[in-house]
Amino acid sequence: MTKLIYFAWVRERIGVAEEEISLPADVNDVAALLSFLKARGEGYEIALQEPEVIRVALDRVHAEHDAPLSGAREIALFPPMTGG
Amino acid sequence: MPVSPDIRIQRGDFDISAEQATLSEGRADIGAVVSFTGLCRDENGRLEALELEHYPGMAESEIARIARTAIDRFGLVGLTAIHRYGLIRPGENIVLVIAAATHRKAAFDGAAFVMDFLKTDAPFWKKEHLKDGSDSGWVEAREADFSARGYWQ
Repeated sequence: MTKLIYFAWVRERIGVAEEEISLPADVNDVAALLSFLKARGEGYEIALQEPEVIRVALDRVHAEHDAPLSGAREIALFPPMTGG
Repeated sequence: MPVSPDIRIQRGDFDISAEQATLSEGRADIGAVVSFTGLCRDENGRLEALELEHYPGMAESEIARIARTAIDRFGLVGLTAIHRYGLIRPGENIVLVIAAATHRKAAFDGAAFVMDFLKTDAPFWKKEHLKDGSDSGWVEAREADFSARGYWQ
């Protein structure tokens, strides 16, 4: 099982803050994960309609979209950051 | 001795003078201290408050990573970074970065470097609550913040 966490408008559009899901074996990198999630329902479809703007962290470390998931236990999806 | 940054993510406010005093207390190696404070603007009177969401755990680790890079790159001898979350009203503090070095250039550069990378890499998101009661949504990331990082590359 993989823990998925969503923040800001990604969380609001998907409708849950976090969930545990079992990822299929062929979902092996960030880009594949985003397409897999996008097909999970309307909220996901809306949240991930422009996957290129979504930022992803694998076990709390920023990852590019071509990065392998490498068995990450906690994957976070969020919009570009606006702190400071 | 390796310099360890003091990173805090908190709901409450911070006291800039007290933080600077803590950083330099009992030391005589510091020749320059630069502090940066980011405050909440009222956006020409429109804004009631900002709501700051963060990713607990990663917010700390990411600012610590940026801080350690700054310490190594500029030879800082002390660094404090505090970022608030929750509801913040116009005029209130949001973020504090204090960089200490033997000379001023490293202190100025260290503080600027940490802020430039914090803006684009630390997992915080701002939502605007307006005075007219509406929720104007999430603040969009600014291209200028991404280009500011380029200066350091």
